[in-house]
Parts: sequence; structure tokens; C-alpha cells
Amino acid sequence: MLDHNIEDEKYKVEVTVPVIGKSAGVLSFNDLKTGGYIKQRQKDKFTVRCMVPGGRLPIKKLKKIVEVAEKYGADYVHLSIRQSLEIPYVDYHNFDKVVAELSEVDQKVASCGPRVRVPTACSGCEYNPNGLSDTQGLTKVVNDKFFGAECNHKFKTSFSGCPIDCARTSEMDLAFQGAVFPEWEEEKCTGCRICASACQEDAIHDHPETGEPIFFPDKCLYCADCIRACPTEAWVSGKTGHIVRIGGKHGRHPFKGSVVAKFVSDEDVPVIIEKTVEWYNKHGVGKGRIRIGTLLREEGMMQSYMEHMKDVFKDKAVKDPKPPLEINIQE
Amino acid sequence: MSDIKVDAVLDITNEVCPMTFVKTKLKLETLETGQHLEVILNDGEPLRNVPRSLKEEGHRIVGTKKDGTKFHLIVEKGM
Ligand code: SF4
Ligand code: SF4
Ligand code: SF4
Repeated sequence: MLDHNIEDEKYKVEVTVPVIGKSAGVLSFNDLKTGGYIKQRQKDKFTVRCMVPGGRLPIKKLKKIVEVAEKYGADYVHLSIRQSLEIPYVDYHNFDKVVAELSEVDQKVASCGPRVRVPTACSGCEYNPNGLSDTQGLTKVVNDKFFGAECNHKFKTSFSGCPIDCARTSEMDLAFQGAVFPEWEEEKCTGCRICASACQEDAIHDHPETGEPIFFPDKCLYCADCIRACPTEAWVSGKTGHIVRIGGKHGRHPFKGSVVAKFVSDEDVPVIIEKTVEWYNKHGVGKGRIRIGTLLREEGMMQSYMEHMKDVFKDKAVKDPKPPLEINIQE
Repeated sequence: MSDIKVDAVLDITNEVCPMTFVKTKLKLETLETGQHLEVILNDGEPLRNVPRSLKEEGHRIVGTKKDGTKFHLIVEKGM
């Protein structure tokens, strides 16, 4: 049996818990999947997807999930690629008990389908030595505000704390990566040449005589290695914020997202998501299940998007950004 | 950097991260606050990690010298 057959609309079961966008009752497997209950190959068995925004799971919730899985699931749980924790082999007759027990610790079931998905994120600046942004804090804000918001198709967001981009912001529909612009204070510099060696992007050369840095901002990725390595704090943080990427996706025909703004603030982030979803829903009308990256690749759409966003991006907008790029992974 | 009296020398050019910093930290533990350790390290990853970690842990880099692809750091032990 193929997976898409068992997700077919025509199969329906009666459930006693409300699923996102639907109240309890006779629901199709598709409705259930949208609500985070995914039909398995095995009769009556579903995988219940627990939301774990940014991959951070309080121990209290983890313990409860273990308890629920032991009672109603199999002898394992599964960590999804997008940081959710899935409980397989739950009989749908038990959905109400599973939901009730999970809600004792405020553990929610994640969504699927054409909506804003639970954001993924790296650990960010709290203890990660490379982290430049509060990815976890933003994940929470964004998940609380946008979880389940409807779109034309799935809408994935993520937060990376630095240009190493562990949360793959270039493969998301809309995502944010921490960045710091380094500024040099001449009077503190001893000309030790450490920064020129520390920079991996050739954005700093050492002056042959003085050893002082010569900075090439066009090559800079805003990683802050120079700031961290400088023994005398001669490199300091200038503007800080997020690089914004849009229109990426994975799948059979992945797209690489495009950078549309640089150094937007934490406060800008929810506004950017809201305005972007607004543009997406408006321009995707009548186009079926279309990802934002596909839409942005249509003639004139990138310009339309940038125009729509200009009051939010302001001077942080990138000039004439390219549409998302299709990547061939089949050869 | 010649005017600073060095109390110990540590060569970590044969170590990889994170042992570079672990060795440096263990060596620093044998010194008193205010004493100086000369650390010899390679550029690249060690140079990106060791100075930053030293600063984060409250030590000061009071002298530096570039020596081909190696660097010498004079570290003053913090509290
Ligand atoms: S993206 Fe940067 S901050 Fe986040 S986990 Fe990776 S290296 Fe650390
Ligand atoms: S921020 Fe990173 S890329 Fe930019 S100059 Fe500093 S070390 Fe190089
Ligand atoms: S690392 Fe700091 S002190 Fe050394 S050359 Fe660079 S800016 Fe100057």
C-alpha cells in the first residue's frame, strides 16, 4: 500500500477531540493529518505529532510524553526532521485521552498541511559559542503568534543563530539568521594580526607594516569571529539583527531562498512574517497549493513582494533581490 | 611582548579543538591569578576558539606575536 492512498479524503473515522480547524466528529484522514494526527499503514493506528518549537522540550513535558507513549503508543518515539516528537501507533479511539494527558503539561499537538508550521531553530546565543541571536526566544514568540495560521500551502520558518546556518534558513519559506556587523576602533588596536587570521572569508587583511586590519565589507558574512578573537576589543559589534531569507524549500525540486533584507530587528520579525503571509495569500489565490518560492519565481513577483514589504524592511531591504533559485538534486 | 615575564609556556600546536582550550585551561589552573602563560597555537580554528574562550573565562591576552602560521599569546590569568 502506498502512503498517499491511506491519506485519501475518502477514509474517515470518528474522533472525539477537536482537530485544528475542525471540531470533534467524523473527520477524514486528511483533516486529521492537518491537525497533527497522521494515519499509519496499520489499521486504526495514527502517529501523534507533538510540537516542540525550536527543538526545545522542557523535561516536564518530555516525561509526560514518555508516559503517554508507554500507555498508548509503541516502545519508541520518533524525532521528526523538523524537531517534532512523534508518538507512533496510537489507536484513534484513544485520541481524547492522549490529548487530555498531554495538555496536563500544556503539550500541544503540532499541525501539518497548508499553514504556518512550528518554527525550527538552533540553540542560538544562550550558550552556543557561535550564536548571535536569540533564536529560542523568537521561536516562542513566532509560534505563539502564528501557529496554525492558514496559507496556500505549507509555510516553514526557522531561526539560525549565525551564518553557519544549522537551521537551514536558505531552505525555508521564510527564515531568519543572526548577524553582526563588525566595527573597528583604531585606538584600541595593537596590530597583532589575529583578526586577519581568524576571519575565514578573507574580509580582513593585515596591513603589511602595522598589522592593523584592512576590512572588505563586501566579503563579510557578519559572523563576529573577528570580534571574539580580538584580544583588545578593537573589533566591536556594530549593527546587529537578522538576515531574512525567503522562498526556499526542500523536496524533489528544492529552491535556495533569497536574501531580501539584512539586519532586521527582533521586533521586525513577527511583522515581517505577518506581512509576508498576507502577500502570499493574496497573490496565491486561485493557484492551488503553491509554495511562496514558486510564486516568487513568477515574472514580476519579487518586485511585487519587495514593494509590499518596503514599509517594514525600510533601509534594511536588499536592492533588487534575485528570485529563489531552483537546485537540481536529481543528478 | 618581550617585557612581560612568562611563568609557563604551553604549546598546543599538536592539539585539536576542543583539546586546545582544555589543555590551556588545565595549565592555567596551575598558575596564580596575575601570572602569565605563553600559549603557542596554530592559526585557523584554534585561533578562532582559544582567544575567545580565554576572554569569556575572564583571562586577559596581554601580548601577541605572529610567527609564520603560529601565534604566541601571553595570557594573564584572571580570577
Ligand atoms: S547556526 Fe550558528 S549559533 Fe546556531 S547552532 Fe549553528 S553554529 Fe551554533
Ligand atoms: S564578521 Fe566574520 S566574516 Fe566579517 S570580517 Fe569578521 S570574521 Fe570576517
Ligand atoms: S585582532 Fe584586534 S588588536 Fe589584533 S590586529 Fe585585529 S583589531 Fe587589532
